[in-house]
Amino acid sequence: MAPALSRRAFLEVGAAIGGGLLLGFTLPGRTQGRADRFAPNAFVRIDRDGRVTLIMHKVEMGQGTYTSMPMLLAEELEVDLAQVQLEHAPADDALYAEPLFGVQETGGSTSVRGNFEPLRRAGAAARTLLLAAAAQTWKVTATSCRAERGEVIHGPTGRRLGYGALVDQAATLPVPPNPPLKDPKDWRLIGTPAKRLDSPDKVNGAARFGIDERLPGMQVATLAACPVFGGQLASVDDTKARAVPGVRQVVRLEDAVAVVADHMWAAKQGLAALDIKWDEGPNAKLGTADIVQQLAAASQRPGVVARNDGDAVRAMAGAARKVEAIYELPFLAHATMEPVNCTVHVRRDSCDIWVGTQVPTFTRTAAAQLTGLPRERVQVHNHLLGGGFGRRLEVDFVRRAVRIAMQVPGPVKVVWTREEDIQHDMYRPYYYDRIAAGLDERGRPVAWTHRVTGSSIMARVTSELFPKTLRVMRAVGLHQLIATVKGLDVDAVEGAAEPPYTLPNIRVEYVRQEPPGVPTAFWRGVGPTHSIFVVESFIDELAAAMQQDPFEYRRALLDQAPRAKAVLELAALQAGWGRPLPPGSGRGISLLHAFGSYVAQVAEVSVSKQGEVRVARVVCAVDCGVVVNPDTVKAQIESGIIFGISGVLWGEITFKNGRVEQHNFNDYRVLRIHEAPVIEVHLVRSTETPGGIGEPGTSAVMPAVANAIFAATGKRIRKLPVKDQLRP
Amino acid sequence: MVTLSINGTSHTVDVPGDMPLLWVLRDVIGLTGTKFGCGMALCGACTVQLDGRPIRSCVTPVAAVSGKRITTIEGIGATPSGKKVQQAWLDLDVVQCGYCQSGQIMAAAALLASRPHPTDTDIDAAMAGNICRCGTYVRIRAAIKRAGG
Repeated sequence: MAPALSRRAFLEVGAAIGGGLLLGFTLPGRTQGRADRFAPNAFVRIDRDGRVTLIMHKVEMGQGTYTSMPMLLAEELEVDLAQVQLEHAPADDALYAEPLFGVQETGGSTSVRGNFEPLRRAGAAARTLLLAAAAQTWKVTATSCRAERGEVIHGPTGRRLGYGALVDQAATLPVPPNPPLKDPKDWRLIGTPAKRLDSPDKVNGAARFGIDERLPGMQVATLAACPVFGGQLASVDDTKARAVPGVRQVVRLEDAVAVVADHMWAAKQGLAALDIKWDEGPNAKLGTADIVQQLAAASQRPGVVARNDGDAVRAMAGAARKVEAIYELPFLAHATMEPVNCTVHVRRDSCDIWVGTQVPTFTRTAAAQLTGLPRERVQVHNHLLGGGFGRRLEVDFVRRAVRIAMQVPGPVKVVWTREEDIQHDMYRPYYYDRIAAGLDERGRPVAWTHRVTGSSIMARVTSELFPKTLRVMRAVGLHQLIATVKGLDVDAVEGAAEPPYTLPNIRVEYVRQEPPGVPTAFWRGVGPTHSIFVVESFIDELAAAMQQDPFEYRRALLDQAPRAKAVLELAALQAGWGRPLPPGSGRGISLLHAFGSYVAQVAEVSVSKQGEVRVARVVCAVDCGVVVNPDTVKAQIESGIIFGISGVLWGEITFKNGRVEQHNFNDYRVLRIHEAPVIEVHLVRSTETPGGIGEPGTSAVMPAVANAIFAATGKRIRKLPVKDQLRP
Repeated sequence: MVTLSINGTSHTVDVPGDMPLLWVLRDVIGLTGTKFGCGMALCGACTVQLDGRPIRSCVTPVAAVSGKRITTIEGIGATPSGKKVQQAWLDLDVVQCGYCQSGQIMAAAALLASRPHPTDTDIDAAMAGNICRCGTYVRIRAAIKRAGG
């Protein structure tokens, strides 16, 4: 018997052609598979026992992809959702790149946006083949057959064959190049509230996250990195640490020390017993005020132009009234519930990594670079993520774990303490924004200028990580590439460059200013979480300056943006906008168009005499185009709102003597259940292209809360977090 | 040597008496459903039950729980309140990333065992020590009410 056609063989054929997608049927003992008209995107496997497997190129970090992605496949494949099982995809950009970015990643609210069509096509192609296989078997026409719940049924005779019985035959057929998709009116799954497929294992302790990895002979390590960014290890006396029972080894890196032990407790005890001397380096005296001063100075410079419509300068000069403001947003830590961790086994000729990551191919590349191994010898075993929010888009912790593992015989699980996780995060940048508007007699903004100053995450990511391949260039587009080359951070100005309002003369600029030593990274809501806060707070300022209602003021500027106007009106209606509230309370509104979605929110807050803010209720209207799983959309909006409230009220990382001043959940405060508002989510029925939903909730709630605080107290919040700004 | 009764099974482990129960469960016995979140009893991810009461295993020395009845997320489904809570969590699809949910469920099950029909104030008091960064609080509250309904 000829050897089985390996999955790899399918993939190589697919990769050589490019574009479209690959369908592979596993065919033990057969060699007749034909997939040579398809390049890979999703990888669907149907076994002879009828089991359908979706090789998941997206990771689950709470956002519901493990349910929505199978829904897309199952819809067209005509199987029940429960029939689809999942396998983590291996790290491979050629096969599993996110269509919107050109690399294999989960982030930026892209999963449904990027895979809405490819996964449905994958299902449709498989269905078409299975129908054809059944028709051949029965010697009837394919059009007289239909697919239903994992079976093909011959209409006139009622004969049935399960998919499993058809895979051998189906695999001999040419794959249709452009299989027709179902008419949306025939959808059974898309648009219905499907139960999460990952729930059962997450309520009984069976779900396995990266931190839960256990391997034979595995040791556990924890580490202390130099508390000052940019500093190095000078010396360490490990005599006492090595005397701790269970401690096996002390590993020295250039800028960190790790203690390797039988278990985490011994490792922690060992770490506490180390006597470490640091060479604190150039940032030893750095404080937040220094960073802000540099940003403020940089914000005086002209920046790279992100948008320039009309003539904002001239219009400003001729305006009846000018309003201007400076907004500041702090550094933020991600504080995922699962602290940063990574398990690595480095051998002479190979390396295995067990981790929950949003970027498996970057993880693989990082390990290959450090170990000198070819990429093919590095295997990434991806896991569920105990929260991502952008933290697990980074591979700094993978690098550290690999460098430790290179000195350890056998597998080692490197687990960061919460303190290490907070103090050595890669932070949402501190932003310093200058914004101004010129108003005509009726208060309409005839001129609008906005200069964003801050660290460029995109510049770092582009230079360090993105493979400069044709695939990436094609995915991100020439426009973005040119902008990046010119020094524009398209992320930092997203939400600022294109507000939904009618602004005839608008100029938006970006000034790059890096904080010395402080690593920066994406945080839930990315650019828009910063930009939307500034734009929506400032629009509110304009309404207040003209003594106009903030809802009506926005609404009057939205004639060109019907979807934006519709969500704004819906949120206001459902929130009871205009109905009186008790003294000390207020309502604030916000509008967002980002990630391909439209979101409006109304927050109701009360402010105590001591200046403590309580967000009592948030009403949210969402138009994210076609909805795949409405329950997931609601859950993500609820989630984003809670995440954003933590940020707007308390989120802040500060520096003193080069060190992060926060440590754990005692001083990096996050919202708890007794502080959580009532949340109402209203979805707009839409047939538009799906938009992203993981991040808009966070980005939109921050200005809604700040505007509500203004309504309640008359105090405009121009610097986040709110924290004790309202204290009498 | 310390002998522990976990989910009805006896385990004898050779660990120092001051070692927190969390690490004994996770790194020695291999019950990884109980999670590490903060190490300082600030977040509740490590919540288990000791004789039916919720405790933070990350700050509980193992010597202090020897001979007592320890229940973890792996065993809570065998208790009436745990079973109800798990079902309510499934009915309302509470979980997102799921990392904190072991602790949430252990705290909620303990609440329901002592107060079968908890009020909002009861829920606030019992659950305020459990952080969820995915912000599933709205559904946690609804699910506890459903389980206690």
